[in-house]
Amino acid sequence: MSERVRVRTMAPPGHVRAPYYLRGKVGEIERPLGAFKNPEQLAYGLDAEKKALFRVRFTMAEVWGERAERPDDTLDAELYEHWLERL
Amino acid sequence: MPHDHHDHHHDGLSASGHPFRSDNDEALTYWQRMEIAARELLIEKGIVTPAEVAAQIDAMDARSPANGAAVVARAWTDPAFKDRLLANGSDACREMGFDVGALHLVVVENTEAVHNLIVCTLCSCYPRTLLGLPPDWYKTRAYRSRAVIEPRKVLREFGLDLPDHVTVRVHDSTADMRYLVLPARPAGTDGMDEAALAALVTRDSMIGTGLPRQP
Repeated sequence: MSERVRVRTMAPPGHVRAPYYLRGKVGEIERPLGAFKNPEQLAYGLDAEKKALFRVRFTMAEVWGERAERPDDTLDAELYEHWLERL
Repeated sequence: MPHDHHDHHHDGLSASGHPFRSDNDEALTYWQRMEIAARELLIEKGIVTPAEVAAQIDAMDARSPANGAAVVARAWTDPAFKDRLLANGSDACREMGFDVGALHLVVVENTEAVHNLIVCTLCSCYPRTLLGLPPDWYKTRAYRSRAVIEPRKVLREFGLDLPDHVTVRVHDSTADMRYLVLPARPAGTDGMDEAALAALVTRDSMIGTGLPRQP
């Protein structure tokens, strides 16, 4: 059974890699991708720590609600662990 | 009046009826100045030579969708390679001499039931090792926003009207992965060898905005 996660709704300033349109949306982990240096720190030349990265799959219905073009089409995005809340 | 060669003095049009492009002589932008300054410093300090800079630009310009097409054709003809490609795209491409560098390649397979589409909503991430430089439309805000909101409508504008039983999976390339679509092998290609198959694989079919050519 896939693991369900919610994208955190925080809105920090600066370089972030969680697209705004996915904040607060619930998806399932499609696969873990390993750990990578956090690009949100690398962008400022900081000594970035490694963060776990996941591919998370959302339904279009979850992302766009009633405006979804086709509710059961999907959208996958790469999201870092600090952006995800496990459900 | 296009292509009217009787009069060479159309307002703002060339002799062949096309608008003149204005000369590119505006001031350098901040980042253009930064690039020149950093490049000249690296050369003055002996870290790189001008020949190395030119060679790297040549190598970048030489990358083209032919690389990706060779990978796709191999996957169509060698089931074990296809399994390795879907399990670990970077390693499988390295077998063929295409090094995706520090980034990781995820290959997504089109089937009778699934059609994949690649976009980078945040910028313009693209598997350049395999496809060369991205087309201009890939970097536009229109493609980047619409591909995730209304992918089927975008695909129809590319001439691809997917049947209802096909699920669309959009992949937003937001971090350290790069994506390649493995298109479905066209029907009627049973006897074709790898080189002939590679010639059917278009750039757009590996982004997901098109299908391979029919033989």
